[in-house]
Amino acid sequence: MRKIIDRAIRYVLLASALVSIFVVFLILLFTLREALPAFREYGVLPMLTGTVWRPQQDQLGILSMIAGSVLVTIGAVALGVPLALAGAIFLAEVAPHVVREVVRPAVELLAGIPSVVYGLFGMVVLVPGMRRLFRVPGNTGFGLLSASMVLGVMVLPTITNIAEDAIRAVPRGYKQGSLALGATHWQTIVRVTLPAARSGIIAAVILGVGRALGETMAMIMVIGNSIRMPQPLNSNPLTLFLSQARTLTGNIAVEIKYATGIHEDALFATGVVLFVLIMIVNATARILIQQGTRGEK
Amino acid sequence: MSNRTTASTAKPEGAPLLRQLHLAVSTGETASPTQVNLARRQLSQKLFFGLLWLAGLLAVGILLAVVGYVVLQGAKVVNLEFLTTPPAGGLATSDVGGMSTTVVSTVYLVFWTIVIAGPLGILAAVYLVEYAEEMEGTTGAIPVLVSVVRFAVEILAGVPSIIFGLFGYALFVSAKSLGWSFSLRSAAVTGACLVLPVIIRASEEAIKAVPRSYRAASLALGATKWQTAWKVVLPAAAPGIITGIVLSVGRVVSETAVFFVTFGGTVRAPDTVFDLSSPGRSMALHVYYLAMETRAFDKAMGTGAVLILTIILINLIINVVSRRLTSKLEGR
Repeated sequence: MRKIIDRAIRYVLLASALVSIFVVFLILLFTLREALPAFREYGVLPMLTGTVWRPQQDQLGILSMIAGSVLVTIGAVALGVPLALAGAIFLAEVAPHVVREVVRPAVELLAGIPSVVYGLFGMVVLVPGMRRLFRVPGNTGFGLLSASMVLGVMVLPTITNIAEDAIRAVPRGYKQGSLALGATHWQTIVRVTLPAARSGIIAAVILGVGRALGETMAMIMVIGNSIRMPQPLNSNPLTLFLSQARTLTGNIAVEIKYATGIHEDALFATGVVLFVLIMIVNATARILIQQGTRGEK
Repeated sequence: MSNRTTASTAKPEGAPLLRQLHLAVSTGETASPTQVNLARRQLSQKLFFGLLWLAGLLAVGILLAVVGYVVLQGAKVVNLEFLTTPPAGGLATSDVGGMSTTVVSTVYLVFWTIVIAGPLGILAAVYLVEYAEEMEGTTGAIPVLVSVVRFAVEILAGVPSIIFGLFGYALFVSAKSLGWSFSLRSAAVTGACLVLPVIIRASEEAIKAVPRSYRAASLALGATKWQTAWKVVLPAAAPGIITGIVLSVGRVVSETAVFFVTFGGTVRAPDTVFDLSSPGRSMALHVYYLAMETRAFDKAMGTGAVLILTIILINLIINVVSRRLTSKLEGR
């Protein structure tokens, strides 16, 4: 009797494990199935390279949104990554025990703060600030710069946490060897510890990029959601970042609730593009992490 | 960089550090260039460590400034009345109303996502650790399936939440499929898919950490594999599993995009936890609607502050549970 129960339960457990495959399958099935008519009718290439998004008039170009997502991610990386990595080195190597005991849990906690909170802060503080700071005609404060700043802060805890783990995982012997040869602690960090932790650190940055590309609500709140291609407001090319824009994620969330027909299909197609983009980023991170662990052996 | 100094030797700029050191020691006749070298290197270390301190404190400072600002601004409107009055909704009435129904909706939503994803995730983890590993190396369909499961969990963990939202919208909300419309059940099932990988991964780690001897002892006493898993392994892994569950609660509480396209957003909460076909609005959604549609920023700050405090509470629970876990492991 116990044997029979045991056998039955084995299959129940297997079934629970298979649910994950089922969910992935359903996600792919439904997203692709809904996206297919848009791809078929409008064509994949015209969609990826078209800059006009007027779904009511069957114009489904999403290049402006791709540009928006990519630019805001670049901005977030430029602002957030240096600080995040310096923070990781600080926590792993420099900070006294007491400081680390306080700061580390704080950073972990901040990784869990809802994105709407960061978005709200951006709307109330950053957007008016940017409007006042840069007196350029057409600058509303909403736009790529505010969005990059919000996103830079949001990826900070993620990157710091993972990069710190990578630095900490460097074998003690490396460091001791370097110190024993007379190198200072700083020289050891720059020439020994960081190169050894390189793949983990790069993986941390890429995971941050993945998180940035996937962020939705905070972006809607501060980026302005314009469907136009982002472009400089005047002759200075840097004013590109004061331009309003829209991300792929934002395109979906803003319009899905009222979209019908080919419009709805085009939003699912936007989702497919986003999915592919993120999968490429995540796969890169995974390969780097695997290379890193192989290198340590 | 100044630590590439050549003060002690005649070696050209950029010679490897070790070589420089070696020469500095072996030539040894003049102690002072070595000391100069050391002093320089120590100076540059001081400089860069100073910068690191600055960066570390700046990073924490910025994050605390954001959170602190929202909590302090929010504190101005949060009081018992704010917590117990339902939101009024609509543009004209932005200066009245609280957030009570959004708390209720959030609780219902958390309840159902965990009820759905919790058992599924834990059982899947039991299979992956206890049953799948013994079959490693064997041929057949099941080992292949298991590796596909692992890959699927990996993918789910990396999919951005708006894609989960799209999927939930297409499968549950849209009239073309199940036609559940914007409702508690649409939101809960989609949310369960979102947290499933979190629960599976945390449970897997916890189960893996249970010492082999526990299982051996139980099996030696004649217990079957399932009896061992259920009565011995799972209780021992409980703190780690609970951590995973609490983490998922946090994820559901803070998630917005998924519920924006599945939960509806009405200010009225479902009547009871079993009122599955009614739409609702979670706390995080409330912040979004207040900021973007009602433009009631003070109330949005208030709701945001409550949200932050909820997340802090959840983190405290995780810390307490994992500390109990560590002390238990050390007590062994």
